[in-house]
Amino acid sequence: MSLRIAVCVKRVPAPGSRINVTADAQSVDATNLGFTTSPHEECAVEEAVKLVELHGGTATVITLGPPEAEEQLRYSASVGVEKAVLVSAADGLDWDPQRTASALTQAIRTVEEREGAFDVILFGNESADGGGFQVGIRVAHALGRPMVNGGKGIEINDASITVRRPIEAGFEVYVLPRPAVVGVKEGINLPRYPTMKGRLASKKVAVEVIEATAEPGGQGRVRLHRPEEKASSTVILGTGPDAAGAVVDLLTELGLMS
Amino acid sequence: MSTIAVLLDHDRGTLNEASLEALTVARSLGAPTTALICGGNDALAAAAANYGADAVVTLAHDLLADYGPEAWGESVAQWVRANSPIAVLATGTDRGNEVTAQVAARLDLAMVANCLSITPGDDWSMTRVQWGGSLLEDSTLRGPTKLVTVAHHATDAVVAPVPVATSLFTPDLDPSFGRSIVQDRVVREAGVTLTTSRVVIGGGRGVGSPEGFAPLEELAGLLGGVVGCSRAVTNNGWRNHTDQVGQTGTRIAPDIYIACGISGAIQHWVGAMASKKILAVNTDKDANMVSRADYAVIADLHKLIPAISEEIKRRRG
Ligand SMILES: Cc1cc2nc3c(=O)[nH]c(=O)nc-3n(C[C@H](O)[C@H](O)[C@H](O)COP(=O)(O)OP(=O)(O)OC[C@H]3O[C@@H](n4cnc5c(N)ncnc54)[C@H](O)[C@@H]3O)c2cc1C
Ligand SMILES: Nc1ncnc2c1ncn2[C@@H]1O[C@H](COP(=O)(O)O)[C@@H](O)[C@H]1O
Repeated sequence: MSLRIAVCVKRVPAPGSRINVTADAQSVDATNLGFTTSPHEECAVEEAVKLVELHGGTATVITLGPPEAEEQLRYSASVGVEKAVLVSAADGLDWDPQRTASALTQAIRTVEEREGAFDVILFGNESADGGGFQVGIRVAHALGRPMVNGGKGIEINDASITVRRPIEAGFEVYVLPRPAVVGVKEGINLPRYPTMKGRLASKKVAVEVIEATAEPGGQGRVRLHRPEEKASSTVILGTGPDAAGAVVDLLTELGLMS
Repeated sequence: MSTIAVLLDHDRGTLNEASLEALTVARSLGAPTTALICGGNDALAAAAANYGADAVVTLAHDLLADYGPEAWGESVAQWVRANSPIAVLATGTDRGNEVTAQVAARLDLAMVANCLSITPGDDWSMTRVQWGGSLLEDSTLRGPTKLVTVAHHATDAVVAPVPVATSLFTPDLDPSFGRSIVQDRVVREAGVTLTTSRVVIGGGRGVGSPEGFAPLEELAGLLGGVVGCSRAVTNNGWRNHTDQVGQTGTRIAPDIYIACGISGAIQHWVGAMASKKILAVNTDKDANMVSRADYAVIADLHKLIPAISEEIKRRRG
């Protein structure tokens, strides 16, 4: 079996203890911040690499974003993805979900016309920032393929893909005919860290750039803002192990000692 | 039809309570409401009526006997095409978001996920959750039918029994929609979990190793609680991801969360902030977890946690 797998990732800022918003309230203030992808997508990349290791084939990482999103493509390459596609959205990385899905669909079609259909296209369950819960589902529908979100286990069979999805007590099993699309959740695997060799190899991977054109969808942004925080004043119960008594007093007061 | 439809989330007839919150929100928007039930049974219809649905429509088809995102999405899309509702609201749950996205894709309509509040109008305005709740977005939504999911726990469900009209709608589904229906289930006994436990003892990078969790396990055992952790811990392979608290892990709401050796990154905080009380244990008095917690002890967790367990045993005699 030789698999063709695509995985879609979104470049997002990596905030620390708080998220700051730019003065125009249109985006996260990324001054002094690094960039990353959603942990769900990191796991999708790892899953793509593992499936290729297991069955043979190639993995292709695709992102829609500004030129800087090449960083996330190279990171994916450093952990074993062979091909990279930048769907170039010149005016920034925050397109609405309909527009994003439409541009990604076009890019996937372009690659598939040249190289053949992907057996599996992987997405994150939701993007880290927007959390629209829909881009992968829209792309799957446009391509006419079955899609399940929230996957925490994938097995490739001859003509189908078995997907496990957690529920409150256990998991559900879906069997999708190939080709198919799956949104994955963190925990499906433990992503590897890039090796020095991987990092060096990733620099040589050619990034194919596809210009994106797509009309804005029906969701518009007015402003971003932080939720109200309750004003906190922390009660310091003590310093060092001697504070154990004060902690147990607190547990008693909260009725948790009985 | 000027109705606001609410898609109920249920599993083979067992209602997900988040559906009642969505019904409550729908009722506040000033139009008659219609509960949509894929498959379903009388008990679901009765629950919808009890929470203020003016009409109940059962979408009936053999392929709707169990959950399938495409079969559900296509059925709702067909009902929308036939009835042109003002909006379809659904739950901000796995299924609610997934089916709504399927409907949106089929009708090429916008969908706004996980809304906290909604102001209807020609265009709708809403406040929605981003970054798992660490940031909010005020959005506008255009389109002939508005597709919205309601963030879970944003509203309390309010009982409002009304006389209800029930009817059937039979979608036209090709057998191929069977391709993404649940085929099987593996059920595990849940026991006390992160989401239900009254006490959660969280460990972060400061715990230092998988073995370092033993004293946290002991303390959790003494208090009838469970152990949780940060992403630094799962990323290091020290604990399973099912223990992770946060934006891409589990959201907890215990009576007390004792966060040991966790710095309090926003993505961790957002999963812990619904805890009734938070006690931070950290060597760094300036750690974000310390400044946001209700209580803190500035200490080495490896010394403090065993001391707490000893003190509990001593007092219990
Ligand atoms: C999109 C996105 C989603 C994410 N989702 C999650 C999520 O779901 N959950 C999550 O947890 N993280 C998540 N993260 C990661 C998050 O940003 C942090 O990297 C992570 O929470 C840090 O874990 P930590 O606090 O254990 O480690 P650190 O930040 O390294 O903190 C360790 C803390 O331990 C203290 N310490 C060290 N030794 C001791 C000692 N002996 N005794 C007491 N204290 C000690 C230190 O002072 C420090 O405060 C996400 C990140 C992104 C970008
Ligand atoms: N700009 C983007 N580029 C590539 N993939 C994306 C982009 N935005 C979203 N996705 C993918 O779609 C998934 C769902 O995104 P969302 O609908 O925004 O929650 C993400 O986890 C990604 O896998």
